[in-house]
Amino acid sequence: MLVLALDTATPTLLAGVARRSADGAVEVLAERAVPSGTRHAELLTPAIRDVLAEAGATLGDIGAVVTGLGPGPFTGLRVGIVTAAAIADARGLPVVGVCSLDAVGDGARTVVTDARRKEVYWAAYDASGARVQGPDVVRPEGAELPGPFVGDPAFAARLGAPVEAAEVTTTGLLRAAAGQLDDPAAAAPLVPLYLRRPDATPPTSFKPVTTS
Amino acid sequence: MTEPLVLGFETSCDETGVGLVRGRTLLSDALATSMAEHERFGGVVPEIASRAHLEAMVPTVHRALAEAGVQASDVDAVAVTAGPGLTGALLVGLAAAKAYALALDVPLYGVNHLAAHVAVDELQHGALEEPSMALLVSGGHSSLLLVPDLSRDVVSLGRTVDDAAGEAFDKVARVLGMPFPGGPPIDRAAREGDGSAIAFPRGLTGPRDAPYDFSFSGLKTAVARWVEARERAGEPVPVADVAASFQEAVADVLTAKAVRACRDHGVDHLVLGGGVAANSRLRALAEERCAAAGIVLRVPSPRLCTDNGAMVAALGSRLVAAGVAPSAPDLGADSSLPIDVVRP
Repeated sequence: MLVLALDTATPTLLAGVARRSADGAVEVLAERAVPSGTRHAELLTPAIRDVLAEAGATLGDIGAVVTGLGPGPFTGLRVGIVTAAAIADARGLPVVGVCSLDAVGDGARTVVTDARRKEVYWAAYDASGARVQGPDVVRPEGAELPGPFVGDPAFAARLGAPVEAAEVTTTGLLRAAAGQLDDPAAAAPLVPLYLRRPDATPPTSFKPVTTS
Repeated sequence: MTEPLVLGFETSCDETGVGLVRGRTLLSDALATSMAEHERFGGVVPEIASRAHLEAMVPTVHRALAEAGVQASDVDAVAVTAGPGLTGALLVGLAAAKAYALALDVPLYGVNHLAAHVAVDELQHGALEEPSMALLVSGGHSSLLLVPDLSRDVVSLGRTVDDAAGEAFDKVARVLGMPFPGGPPIDRAAREGDGSAIAFPRGLTGPRDAPYDFSFSGLKTAVARWVEARERAGEPVPVADVAASFQEAVADVLTAKAVRACRDHGVDHLVLGGGVAANSRLRALAEERCAAAGIVLRVPSPRLCTDNGAMVAALGSRLVAAGVAPSAPDLGADSSLPIDVVRP
């Protein structure tokens, strides 16, 4: 089965096409990692066209869609999720969501990505690659996160430890989605991993225009 | 040959709208709103609206298809609001529309939200007279547009220099202890009141003021001062009269400037649109003044005046019929898309 994999949880958007065998083996046929910053909505569908063309496939050949659910900056994150949901809906395909951090690096590690506001999104994995802590969002200073770190190297100084550069990959997304891809009908609904509430507080009182 | 079937997406503010139009025939207009979630904040919270758009998107598409009795595979083109609006909210609809267009292998038309508010009237009242004048008033916009060709050429004559008309309604409602959004409760209360009871100011109506621009911030403050003065003096606030007099000031300025613009430009058709066009006093005064000036007034039903997906599909349908090229594959959202860009 061919799988289309998407992720927009970080400043690098990812689109990939992979062949997944019945035994779970994954062969990536085409992949684009585009440093698109805040331009995910502009560049994601062109990247999907590119990877399909390079894989010699059309959407009619795709059997399932996998998308990262974050955590990631909200506005960009939603682009990948709604794109995956819409393509799957239009083509009548199953769609599977995974924690984006699960798709970064492999083995025993702690994944850190930029959560803005001087914080990091993070999750920790054991030697078998299973997530044992997180995902969560925290200020890196004094958080005493376990190492070794992979992900966004910009946080090395603030973590006080090296961070091996790594990003979301097609292989990583399919690995994280393996269980759900074996039984896509049972896949969980796509719920973004925001980890933060919307930034708004109800006003307690409205100030008068005039001052007495 | 049947006319093309166009699927339209609208997510510029708090309404998730998905509509289907064939030619000038409205087939469906599915809507999900996050209004109730914004009420306690006294205004639309962009992040809450964006989250709601994502949750509502696929179910709203399903409702639109079911109401129209068509399949997704029947769709011939996709249209989407690319701006102006709230960036985070716009991006959900834009990404969804681009994905549906890709997956259905049909052309994608990004459209201007304001032009779509004009186009929607064609679903109810037939082909637009060109040139037309358009007065668009909502919680986000107050614009006076000259429309020589809605598919290619829309000219901004004037706009608000501060608050949108709908914002003034929301703020005055708050002063009067009414719920958000303020338009409907003020309209209701005003029916029992006297619109000439209090002479609230008419902004930007002096001889040296920009003839087609609007200002509602001073009016809002004047209402608040008037009400607070009564409250401080321990006097009861005549809510119905305040609501009616405020509403009268808004409707007076909007219609006077729209009629003047028609006269100055030799245009004899005026289209009203946007959420504030649902206001009963604005509609009545516009009818009265247009009739006196020999102008044909066109106002869509209130349901189509507020944001919806059908208006986007209506403009998309018009662009297809006019032979306008689709948008580029790297189409993005533009929160401050200028009105002279009908199809970004």
